[in-house]
Amino acid sequence: MKVVFHLFLQSATLGRKRAFLTIAAIAWGTVAILLLLSFGEGLKQQLGKNSRAMGENIGVMWMSETTKAWKGMNPGRPIRVRIDDIPLLASRLPELESLIGEAIQWRTNLTAGKKTVAGRVKGVNYPYGEARKQYPVAGGRFLSPLDEAERRRVIFLGNELAEDLFGRDDPVGQTLLVANAPFTVIGVMQKKTQMGAYAGMDKDHSIVPISTWKALFGRPTVNNLVIRVRDGSKMKDAIARTREVIAAKYGFDPSDERALPTWDTVESQKINQNVSTGIQVFLGIIGALTLLIGGVGVANIMYAVVKERTREIGVKMALGAKAGWITGPFVLEGLSYTLVGGAAGMLIATLLVLGMSFIPTDGNKVMEFLGTPKLSLPIGVATASILGVIGLLAGYFPARRAASIDPAATLRYE
Amino acid sequence: MSSRQEMTRETTPPASGRPIIEMVGIRKVYDTGKVQVEALKGVDLRIEKGEFVAIVGPSGSGKSTLMNLVGCLDTPSGGDYFIGGEKVAGLSRDQLADVRNRRVGFVFQAFNLLPQISAFENVEMPLVFGGVPPKVRRAKVAELLERVGLGDRMDHKPTELSGGQMQRVAIARALAMDPDIVLADEPTGNLDTTSGTDIMGVFLDLWKQGSTLVVITHDMALARRASRIVEIRDGRIVSDRPAEQAA
Repeated sequence: MKVVFHLFLQSATLGRKRAFLTIAAIAWGTVAILLLLSFGEGLKQQLGKNSRAMGENIGVMWMSETTKAWKGMNPGRPIRVRIDDIPLLASRLPELESLIGEAIQWRTNLTAGKKTVAGRVKGVNYPYGEARKQYPVAGGRFLSPLDEAERRRVIFLGNELAEDLFGRDDPVGQTLLVANAPFTVIGVMQKKTQMGAYAGMDKDHSIVPISTWKALFGRPTVNNLVIRVRDGSKMKDAIARTREVIAAKYGFDPSDERALPTWDTVESQKINQNVSTGIQVFLGIIGALTLLIGGVGVANIMYAVVKERTREIGVKMALGAKAGWITGPFVLEGLSYTLVGGAAGMLIATLLVLGMSFIPTDGNKVMEFLGTPKLSLPIGVATASILGVIGLLAGYFPARRAASIDPAATLRYE
Repeated sequence: MSSRQEMTRETTPPASGRPIIEMVGIRKVYDTGKVQVEALKGVDLRIEKGEFVAIVGPSGSGKSTLMNLVGCLDTPSGGDYFIGGEKVAGLSRDQLADVRNRRVGFVFQAFNLLPQISAFENVEMPLVFGGVPPKVRRAKVAELLERVGLGDRMDHKPTELSGGQMQRVAIARALAMDPDIVLADEPTGNLDTTSGTDIMGVFLDLWKQGSTLVVITHDMALARRASRIVEIRDGRIVSDRPAEQAA
């Protein structure tokens, strides 16, 4: 090894321009792979955040019709869970964090002052706020148990609906007519980037206590239920168990899944996660290929160097250099170009990523969706190891060529 | 295991009475795929310690092949070759490299100095390969360069030296490991007459100091200075006679 180092330090270095170009190619490849990977990471985090914006560990269960005969009853019977049954059902499902009824009235006239908007009014049980991430802007609140128990005329607004109705004024405390009945606005939802949705986006809806809703619109049944569990991995069991309890109450086959079609968001988040991991792997492969091209550049240059130094190698062999002492300096040289280029690329990429993290995501639709690139330790480790492998290979193959040189042949002629 | 072998080799001097170079029925066939070219067709050659042998012959006679074999740059296709009593056949590439390093010093027609390093570093190279410690190395290189009259040019690069000076550096390099034999291939071929005579003088000095020399040459003036002239033609030794000493 000492001999290899001695020779490496002594061996002619590449022409400055060639070395620079080679190193630049590796730096470029490193920047490419790092940026692509950190874009992938940013996208993954943002997609995850966005897909969780509707709520975590929740399932949505819609009311539908039976598809199986049950105890003498024909299939095709509609199943409608009654608002008043929800406390009973919830008491039979202690494994759930919460069981929430959601009743929806579409295109209801909402009037604030002189402005009327046709909006969507949902009646829900109060745990909906936590489950569906209806976080209020400071100064407001979501529905409370008392609102529900006392059938208060209070309303919580999605942020865009609030803006449509009240403009820039603070809606909290103001009166809003819902189908000509006066309600007090108690809160406005914080802005969020929502990916998954059913029955419209949260920013456009308005929410009242489900008891008030029933009295106002005179319909006793829910449109759907929202199930929340403490532990996402128990979601499947929770859905099956909920269907069983409802089937017992409303009289249908508990195995009739289509009577209560269900959206398991835990499952779809898992799929989302896989998709974004897939995207990241794909971006990583593209980056690695770019880097590989840089590596081929290094190998190419090293081949040229081996060819140029053929006689020199022959002389060293004649003087008693072993094969390893011939190959060692070439491997080191290829490796050092790669590592210098890689370090430069990492520095550039880090600066770029840091710079981009100052671009605000708010208010920029694309950035809200894509997120900003994020560098992480695994990305760095992955890039460094790819660089190392490429560097070794870029040095190794030319070095092997060098070691295969026949000293007798190189020394025989001028 | 190999280190033990090396140790025994180094501690065992060449068996007394055995020649430095001993070739018996050496054949060398170059297989170019379609045609087989027999460059050496059974060569017997013994060179004793302290001899100064000139190998002469027209081009294509097998001179260069013989030199490669003597210098362990190549292995014979048939026959037995012992250098310093050590059997060369069957050695691996690295073992051959080791034999070259310890037993053979090369001097080439084209000097073959490494252009980007100094005269000092060029002479040091075989010592590096031989695993000689840096301190010993430095002293040895300085002594060798003094000996060839280049004590004041140690830090010069080969490009800053004349042809004759370059060949002196090459000779110093050849002597670095105190080889059993110095093998020179047309050492004066690239030099003008004055430098050629000069280098010839260096070789004669070496011989007088006890080195074993083998010179391959066209230059009959140089060949006549040798103690023995071996003439090779068409892959065979056609004459092997003592040279009449002119001096």
